Amino acid sequence: MSTFEPKIVAFCCEQSGLPALEMAKTLKLKMPDNLELVPVPCSGRIETLYLLKALESGADGVVVFACYEENCQYLQGNVRLKSRVGYAKQIMTKIGLEGERLEIFHVATNSGVKFSEFLMQKADQLRLLGPNLGKIA
Amino acid sequence: MIKAEQKPFEEILEYLAPYNKILLSGCGACVTVCHAGGEKEGALLASALRMARQKIGKPLEILESTPARQCEPEFAQELSDTIGRVQAILSVSCGVGVQTLARHFPATQIFPGVNTTFLGETVAHGVWEERCQACGDCILEKTAGICPIARCAKQLLNGPCGGSSNGKCEIKRETDCAWQLIYDRSKSLGQLHRLTEIIPAKQWGVQSRDSGPRRIVREDLKV
Ligand code: SF4
Ligand code: SF4
Repeated sequence: MSTFEPKIVAFCCEQSGLPALEMAKTLKLKMPDNLELVPVPCSGRIETLYLLKALESGADGVVVFACYEENCQYLQGNVRLKSRVGYAKQIMTKIGLEGERLEIFHVATNSGVKFSEFLMQKADQLRLLGPNLGKIA
Repeated sequence: MIKAEQKPFEEILEYLAPYNKILLSGCGACVTVCHAGGEKEGALLASALRMARQKIGKPLEILESTPARQCEPEFAQELSDTIGRVQAILSVSCGVGVQTLARHFPATQIFPGVNTTFLGETVAHGVWEERCQACGDCILEKTAGICPIARCAKQLLNGPCGGSSNGKCEIKRETDCAWQLIYDRSKSLGQLHRLTEIIPAKQWGVQSRDSGPRRIVREDLKV
């Protein structure tokens, strides 16, 4: 039996991801064991470098919980995020890292169940994929 | 400003293959503006290189530094202490910055991380276009502020070629014909008469790069 428990870094927009997390906690929903949550005021605050640095410094997968498109409190934040995630994925391809290791997931404030389900599925997916060989632990 | 683009990642990895500790030097000026080699792009490249090398079991230690202007001796000198601790330098400044470091640190191998591409301007977020070829004898006063050397594919000096069509260049259909731009702007400024003056052939062998590398000396500034 493999003992590999993938580390997931989850950036949570304070307008959507964070309230969804709070709801998941209130409902005592399941969460992956190896999870690091990073609250951000808006998903547009996340720079490409943060995504890469998370992978470099130990994450097997990175997830960004952001507001639905056209629902950003700061208008363009999640649009900018989309471009930056796209750029990070291009760099990951050059390094030879699988695209599944980085994903945006759109949630609303009351999406506690979706929040938990997505993370549990992501952990399963990463377990199958194996460790991120580029991380410098 | 000078515009540049990062070199293909594979090419950079190949340069660095023999080393396990390098300095990645960015530049805080032109290449920061065109997102090719400033502090942010340098950090991204460093992170990607570390992971790529880690993945193949040959870790690469990268020190990062971004002098305000790598092409100025005072700023290049700031790297002196760091240079002694690395086996090679990867510079993501323009070709000028690379050569400044090469001159100051003769014992250290240096590699360019970007292709220096042209002198240009930002026309939209993430879009840069060539505007000047540093010909050494500017004629913008005759051409309504639009450069036929940098912007006409044939560098014509006295009007368009026969291939100009609907305002576009025959060499690249998506590019504006420089002479159409010159004509339109001269007309709107009421300056069409200026275009009747013949612009003589440029003395390429005198002012331009064709006579070898150029030099500017200001005696009053020398110390
Ligand atoms: S005429 Fe020469 S100096 Fe002037 S913009 Fe064109 S290339 Fe540059
Ligand atoms: S079409 Fe215009 S820009 Fe293109 S080569 Fe002819 S004159 Fe120059």
